[in-house]
Amino acid sequence: MKAESARPELVCPAGTPAGLRTAVDAGADAVYCGFRNATNARNFPGLNFTTDELTEAVGYAHKRDTKVLLAVNTFPPAGHTDLWRKAVDDGIALGVDAIIVADMGVARYAAERHPEQRLHLSVQAGAPSVEAVRFYCEEFGVKRVVLPRILTVPEIRALHDETGCELETFIFGNHGLMAEGRCSLTNFATGLSTNMDGVCSPASHVHYEEDRQRNLSTRLGPFTIDCFACGQSAGYPTICKGRYRTPGHPEGYYAFEEPLSLNLAALLPALMNAGVRALKIEGRQRGKAYVQAVVSAWRKAVDDVMAGNEPGLDNLLALTEGQKEGQGAFAGKRWR
Amino acid sequence: MQRAELTMGPALFNWKPETWRDFYFQVADESCVDTVYLGEIVCAKRTPFFEPCYAQVTERLQRAGKQVVFSTLIEVMTERERRITVDLCARDGLLVEANDAAALYHLRGKPHRVGPFVNTYNEQTLAFLAAKGAEHMTLPWELPHGSLAILAGKAAALDVTLEVPVYGRMPLALSARCYHARAHGRVKDNCQFVCDQDPDGMELKTLQGAPFLVINGIQTLSHTCLNLTHELPELCEMGIGAFRLSPHSRDMVETADLFRGVLDRRFSAGKATARLEALGLNRDRGARDQAVPFSNGFYHGQAGYQWVG
Repeated sequence: MKAESARPELVCPAGTPAGLRTAVDAGADAVYCGFRNATNARNFPGLNFTTDELTEAVGYAHKRDTKVLLAVNTFPPAGHTDLWRKAVDDGIALGVDAIIVADMGVARYAAERHPEQRLHLSVQAGAPSVEAVRFYCEEFGVKRVVLPRILTVPEIRALHDETGCELETFIFGNHGLMAEGRCSLTNFATGLSTNMDGVCSPASHVHYEEDRQRNLSTRLGPFTIDCFACGQSAGYPTICKGRYRTPGHPEGYYAFEEPLSLNLAALLPALMNAGVRALKIEGRQRGKAYVQAVVSAWRKAVDDVMAGNEPGLDNLLALTEGQKEGQGAFAGKRWR
Repeated sequence: MQRAELTMGPALFNWKPETWRDFYFQVADESCVDTVYLGEIVCAKRTPFFEPCYAQVTERLQRAGKQVVFSTLIEVMTERERRITVDLCARDGLLVEANDAAALYHLRGKPHRVGPFVNTYNEQTLAFLAAKGAEHMTLPWELPHGSLAILAGKAAALDVTLEVPVYGRMPLALSARCYHARAHGRVKDNCQFVCDQDPDGMELKTLQGAPFLVINGIQTLSHTCLNLTHELPELCEMGIGAFRLSPHSRDMVETADLFRGVLDRRFSAGKATARLEALGLNRDRGARDQAVPFSNGFYHGQAGYQWVG
């Protein structure tokens, strides 16, 4: 199936300088990254960039015709907005190609102070409707909207047709179940906020406990997220992927979703035909080997579709490392 | 200092329409709240059940001297959700609270309120929303007192009233998926409105049996019940002008009286909390379930489930 649309941009994760070079070399059209602080939604220990590292990274990427998108996509708490303004200013001074924003105050600052700078709306802003997309585009001059992972492909097409806005969707990686930017489950359990601190299920609050039968339970703060029998491999405790009990499920069940990752390989031609302009791979926390394999496989798949060939999906399907995978909301309304 | 306003937030759970109507009749006739937020904000599929009661309930509340504000859907995505939102925002003479950017799109340029589901986290966002016509904003649950104080200062300068939620289970997340339907082996489209079985949400316990969260359709809330009675004097001092109670299937008239009493310094927060505990959620479910504990952790910059005494 040949895509009718223009060649989409493959937007790849860059959690570290080495990760960035790997993604660029593997064929990314653009990479996204953040500063090493609370201004981005992957504020994990050992991840992200200092100003010096980003300077070098932008040089490396631009020399190879790859764009650099800077995520400044958390919500600054009152009294601390200087750090976010500095992130915007620094990123622009370093020559990044776009700033990815979520907070309206940050968006307004960027739009007023740097009117020429290209702004993308982060998935964290949660804009899944025609009106929400128009609101951000008209108020802040947003050029591209990263869609929340809650729309079906026909809904994405309709949104594109009605707004004409450049749209970016996630295609691969971790699959959060909650509307992004509107979840304080982690803060409820740990005191650290996804929106303000840029963390989801922080490792500092994760505990693994083994009982005498060598069954393992995982906790976030004081709350048990899942239990695994001896020998089962234990998943990382994320609240929306845990097992819980209700009166109707006394043994426990995955109340939100089974732990699985998103893989839209099979929907790639449909997404491209729906007018999606950029395809985003999640995973700034992943290692170099993973980034290399995933980015190369998607590079080939996109190029195949553009050339009118069937995309080779097998490579992509093998990449989920034995984890279950799914298409989440994208495949149809029955997911809801 | 102006007299603090006490408000009743929109009912979040899928109550029977007559229960819903009678609840608001009672709020009109017997409660001391100043303002009442109406409207189904969680699930567009529930809207037809309550819509027929809106006119009657609004009239009764207004006759009792309450200000009525309509609150918009917290997630606007489908055609139906978009239509409900534009219909509400376009109605003349109706004061509307926006809970999503789609509602902000329709309401900008005219006086409106901003609800706690819009991320008003800092003074720049507050100023932007005020410039778009927001005159009154309710802040998100997870903001700590330091942020609330700074926002209150900014709001005063802009002549915006700030409201803070002070009672009820705390909304923590929302999704496109209905977890009530999922728990019953269904999906959103064929849900058969199973959410009406749980008037205060469906409790999720950990595998070890500890209460943790509750489910309300697409919404996930805390199992604990927010209670900021002890923090009311400090909030008033900061300049927060309104305080929101979130409806539960409990005696909300007496709950409102207790908050009013603390605001008016007629009795202590300790006394109010003791009484709230006696009225509390799960009190009538016997020994198997413990009463739902209170929490105030977010306010104190700690985990939201915690109670800082």
